[in-house]
Amino acid sequence: MVPITTLHYLVVAAALFVLGTIGVLTRRNVVIVLMSIELILNAVNLNLVAFSRMWGNLHGQIFAIFIVVDAAAEAAVGLGILIAFFRNRETTNVDEIDLLKW
Amino acid sequence: MFLNHIYLIPLFPAFGAAMMFFFGRRLQKATVNAVCVGAVVVAFLFACFTVVDYNHFAHGTGQPFEKIVYTWLGSGDGHLNFIKRDGTPSAFNADAGFLLDPLSAIWLLFVTGVGMLIHIYSTGYMAHEGGYYRFFGYLNLFMFSMLTLILANNYILMFVGWEGVGLCSYLLIGFYFHRKSASDAANKAFIVNRIGDAGFLLGAFTLVWYLGSFRFTDINLLVRSGHYLIGDHILTAAALLLFLGACGKSAQLPLYIWLPDAMEGPTPVSALIHAATMVTAGVYMVARSNAVFVLAPTAMKTVAIVGALTAIFAASIGLVQNDIKRVLAYSTVSQLGYMFLALGVGAFAAGVFHVFTHAFFKALLFLGSGSVIHAMSGEQDMRHMGDLRGRIPITYKTMFIGMLAIAGIPGFAGFFSKDEILWQAWTSEGGAYRALWFVGFATALMTAFYMGRLIFLTFFGKPRMSPEAEHHVHESPKSMTVPLVVLAICSVGAGWLGLPHSLGGTNRFEKFLDPVFAKEAHVMQAEEPKQLAAGQKEEERTDPMEYGLMGLSVLAAVVGLGAAYRSYASAGKDYPEPIAVAAPPLYTVLYNKWFVDEGYDYIFTGRRKVGDVRLGVLGAGEASAWFDSKIVDGAVNDVGWVTRAVGTLSTWWDKWIIDGLCVNGPANFARMLSYPARLFEWGLMQWYALVMVAGLIGFTVYYVWK
Repeated sequence: MVPITTLHYLVVAAALFVLGTIGVLTRRNVVIVLMSIELILNAVNLNLVAFSRMWGNLHGQIFAIFIVVDAAAEAAVGLGILIAFFRNRETTNVDEIDLLKW
Repeated sequence: MFLNHIYLIPLFPAFGAAMMFFFGRRLQKATVNAVCVGAVVVAFLFACFTVVDYNHFAHGTGQPFEKIVYTWLGSGDGHLNFIKRDGTPSAFNADAGFLLDPLSAIWLLFVTGVGMLIHIYSTGYMAHEGGYYRFFGYLNLFMFSMLTLILANNYILMFVGWEGVGLCSYLLIGFYFHRKSASDAANKAFIVNRIGDAGFLLGAFTLVWYLGSFRFTDINLLVRSGHYLIGDHILTAAALLLFLGACGKSAQLPLYIWLPDAMEGPTPVSALIHAATMVTAGVYMVARSNAVFVLAPTAMKTVAIVGALTAIFAASIGLVQNDIKRVLAYSTVSQLGYMFLALGVGAFAAGVFHVFTHAFFKALLFLGSGSVIHAMSGEQDMRHMGDLRGRIPITYKTMFIGMLAIAGIPGFAGFFSKDEILWQAWTSEGGAYRALWFVGFATALMTAFYMGRLIFLTFFGKPRMSPEAEHHVHESPKSMTVPLVVLAICSVGAGWLGLPHSLGGTNRFEKFLDPVFAKEAHVMQAEEPKQLAAGQKEEERTDPMEYGLMGLSVLAAVVGLGAAYRSYASAGKDYPEPIAVAAPPLYTVLYNKWFVDEGYDYIFTGRRKVGDVRLGVLGAGEASAWFDSKIVDGAVNDVGWVTRAVGTLSTWWDKWIIDGLCVNGPANFARMLSYPARLFEWGLMQWYALVMVAGLIGFTVYYVWK
């Protein structure tokens, strides 16, 4: 059996990050995009915690708490924007949110 | 005393013409007669006294009398100076001057004399015609011009008279201008004359450019000084140009065409202008310029040949014409040819003598034909005459005398003058012109024939006229017959003035003219001292050849008259023309006047086209019109086309280059640039996210590799 080093945690975090990125880039539904953004943020959290274990201090974990708070606020605001938009346009398709264009 | 007022002679008829111009319409016929005929009678008497005065003045030396009344052109201050050919400056001087010498004295006498007789005749002939005062006004104007021409002392004043007689010829030929044929004939006369006038002017100007003066006395002095060689090119050119003028005025070969048509005018006009006076102006001018001509043997040869050819050519046409006046017209052209033949071979005095005698008998013949026409109530075609000799005896007798004179029967005027010409043609320059003697001989034969034909058809034979015309045949009034008788007497008497040595006379005529022509003998003798110069009567014994030739010409006259008698003296209703019977194609050619008028229409006037092309003056007009419409207008159209093409080009440039490239180009370029720029503001959120990720990966890769 291979011992689980920090690297493994980093790889998992990277994988989650990539998945989240791909979700942001490719999903049609705005809610799913927001969920993907959460996934990215959580991947970063995981990265930070892994580094906290590696270095043996709590810096990483404290930062992770901050990010959680930030993620929650961001999700709230995002959903608020989504609902405002939905009331206007009756759609959740991200392709149709293109009013801010040239 | 009369001599000093020689300028009055032309002014008498000028006064008559002016009176007719201003007051003629209101005057009675008798007043017109008194003024106009009186003017010419006074002129004639004055001329007689003047010539008598001149004889006292000259004492037989023939010294010319010159009187300059005033300077007309040119002056002392020299503003009309010019450079002569040899480079020296000379003053242009043409004065209103009058010259009287034996040559102009002769012309003066017969012009005023015959003119006077014709004026008297016209009072009878024109009595029933309209425009009586206009006729006499023109006639007087003509006398004025002719007298100016004769008495002028320089070429320019002579040209004034030259043009004046041409103008009066036009006015009088076209007297019945309501008839198109008459006005056409007048136009033809004037236009053909004008061609000659161009030659006259060019000749005169050549002489002044070469010699420096227009005056005859100056020119004679210069030319006879021995300074100029025989055959001088410029003098030859001047002589030929002057002769061209003479051809136009005196109806010689290329320019004779106006004279037969000029018979459209009233008969006295034909008699005066086209028989006795105007047509002799050319002969006068050449005789006056004899000093120049003698130095130009080429020109003399040309004159002689043209004269001889004209003589025989016109005589051939006269053989078959049916209009009595036309026969006489061609006869005039033919006799003028004789005169130029004489001048050309150097027999100037003989030529002048023939002018003198011809004036009388031709005027007689024309006036007589006028009398015949008057008797026939206007009929001019000889085919409708006949057997008139008993009915109009005076006319018949006088015309018979005229015919004998022109045919050259001994004793009558024409014999002496024509014979002199033929003898000079035979002997001149050692026989160089013998061929022309034969031409003259043949012409004499033809002259006798056609004149006999004229007389026999008119007066002999059976009457061929309509019964009403026959009823009206009457002798003309005294005003017409008396001039006829006077002219008949002159036709006999005038000849004896020139009785040659061979027949026992002293040839006073020629002696009178010696001083005018004999001086050139010095020049000719310098070249060929062995031969006799023309005009000098040195020999006292006559060449027996002269009698032989004389006999031959009399034989020709008799044979011609005899043949005419046989053919025409008993001509009935449809008499046959011997030439038509013997050689019909020749008759057609002669009857149609050798188709010369038609030929001129093809070549010179362009009234008939040669195939598809129009030559001549009208052809030039057509060519000019074609040039103008095709080439000039084409050029204009082409310029317009070019302008439009440039406009199109400009449009293209503006639309594609300026607008497309310069204006729209940058705009499109900016638009092209905008496409990528748009990507920054798509509005697609996920695209923005992708760009962010791409940038992030880029940075990461960059830093990993660094």
